[in-house]
Amino acid sequence: MTTSAAASGRWRLRQPSVIPGFGLTLGFSLAYLTLIILIPLAGLVWRSAGLSGAEFLAILSDQRTLNALKVSFGTAFIAALVNVVFGVIVAWVIVRYEFPGRRIVDAIVDLPFALPTAVAGISLAALYAPNGWIGQILNLFGIKAAFNPTGIVIALVFIGLPFVVRTVQPIMEEIDREVEEAAATLGAGRFQTISRILLPGLSPAILTGFALAFARGVGEYGSVIFIAGNIPYVSEIAPLLIVIRLEEFNYGAAAAIATIMLGLSFAMLLFINLVQAWNRRRYGHGA
Amino acid sequence: MDVSVKNIRKEFDRYPALNDVSLDIRSGELIALLGPSGSGKTTLLRLIAGLEQPTLGKIYFGAEDASHRTVQERHVGFVFQHYALFRHMTVADNIAFGLTVRPRGERPDKAEIRRRVGELLEMVQLSGLEKRYPNQLSGGQRQRVALARAMAIEPKVLLLDEPFGALDAKVRKELRRWLREFHDRTGHTTVFVTHDQEEALELADRVVVMSQGAIEQVGSSDDVYDRPNSPFVFSFIGDSASLPIRVADGAVHFQDTPLGITPRASDIASGAGTLFFRPQDVVLIEDPAAPALEGRVATSRRLAGTRIADLDIGKPGAPHHVEIEVPLEATAATGTAIRFRPTRWKTFAE
Repeated sequence: MTTSAAASGRWRLRQPSVIPGFGLTLGFSLAYLTLIILIPLAGLVWRSAGLSGAEFLAILSDQRTLNALKVSFGTAFIAALVNVVFGVIVAWVIVRYEFPGRRIVDAIVDLPFALPTAVAGISLAALYAPNGWIGQILNLFGIKAAFNPTGIVIALVFIGLPFVVRTVQPIMEEIDREVEEAAATLGAGRFQTISRILLPGLSPAILTGFALAFARGVGEYGSVIFIAGNIPYVSEIAPLLIVIRLEEFNYGAAAAIATIMLGLSFAMLLFINLVQAWNRRRYGHGA
Repeated sequence: MDVSVKNIRKEFDRYPALNDVSLDIRSGELIALLGPSGSGKTTLLRLIAGLEQPTLGKIYFGAEDASHRTVQERHVGFVFQHYALFRHMTVADNIAFGLTVRPRGERPDKAEIRRRVGELLEMVQLSGLEKRYPNQLSGGQRQRVALARAMAIEPKVLLLDEPFGALDAKVRKELRRWLREFHDRTGHTTVFVTHDQEEALELADRVVVMSQGAIEQVGSSDDVYDRPNSPFVFSFIGDSASLPIRVADGAVHFQDTPLGITPRASDIASGAGTLFFRPQDVVLIEDPAAPALEGRVATSRRLAGTRIADLDIGKPGAPHHVEIEVPLEATAATGTAIRFRPTRWKTFAE
């Protein structure tokens, strides 16, 4: 913030730097983003704009659509919350402790990135189904963990974990040990040090991890459909509804649901980014 | 509060960082732990704070054995070289931290905390900055916030780890004077670590010179400068020159030439040893017949109010280098011979 603080107020398009090429790189970035992201999304909106306002509203207010959106965003939200808690703990263990097999644990975290999502979905479904290894045990306690929204959350927790771990880990590595020692000399116990010193410092990274895991969860399709049960109104996710509409050749409805998803996701990500910016201004770091 | 360190040994991965170190710190004293890097001075400070646990030995706070007390229980104020401020908190919140983490029953109420923070800010001359965040402060201001934060818990002992090490020379000098006044005003038992001997000699009541995990000498600035008790202390503190010598028949010889100085009771009585003296403690000898050290001027340079001559002494093949102060009017041209004799010196056995 050292330079931008001085220049705040007026808008500066470019700043002198040792590496020139602002025009070239900005031009390339814009062209690339347009080609890869904006044009397909614009096509989507264009498609749904073909519907009349009343048709659009009808699709939006259809109970099945509403339930599918609720399932998608609700399960993604819960899964992201779960991942925030456990992802931070996993990152902590990897960063702070030396133990045999640490590198292996570190590598395992990335597996959900690499594994085909269908494979993940099928194995999770097999494990958590009422006759599966884990499902059997859960069944004894009367918990059904597959073919309902719980199953969706499980799949999304699996998919989202690396997003939280990998965003929090580098920030955690940079934590200055002396700050913790300072807190201890001032009389703070372990939990006070964690809650008042460590977590506030990590909160921007945790929030970013949450946003990534959440966004990924909202859009996830492959792993979810195997474990969700796909019961309309109960455990049918919005992406699946889009596919169903496509198979019915109802392209307008598919595009409309997709546009709603797009709008909701964009609004939530924008909100999270604004929170981040507010956070940064408040704490005056990130300079 | 008196602090007493008894026969402390500290190993890191079986390598001893401190070996059988004992030290008594009197209440209200300002003590400097001085030594080169790796001498164990920071380890000793961290052991007193409870940030490290000793492998062997005990630490007493007053009469109480504090060796197994946790950091939190020891109630020490610790100031880190790089400040270690909580950057997501304002200056006021940083200073108040030690008070707000107290259990509910012992915690002062909000108004009382605000009052105390105001007092501390005034004490470190930062009134008006309570709303700032640490990264909006200069290095010197940050270090004073760190000090105020440590003082907020009314510590039994104040421990400072290279407190001025990250600051530029001018700020360091100001803060040094300021810390001395601060100590005189508050009367806290204070221990600070430094590798800057000027800082230690200027600031401390007593200086603890450390080397390789052991204490070499404890004494006032005058003691360690004028009466160093080991070759290490002599060469570490201040400028010094050393020469291998031999004491025989009540005279000091360098390569079989007598120097014209007589060993005293504190010097070695006979045999091989090393002679130490400071560049300013020499007298030039004009009389070619009088016994003296003779050197050829390798270089000479003007240093403020004096002239320093760099001499080669002894056999031309493997000369010893010695720096001495010569009068400004002495020409000390390169290659000329200079004869001199130390006026204050000390010898140590090999």
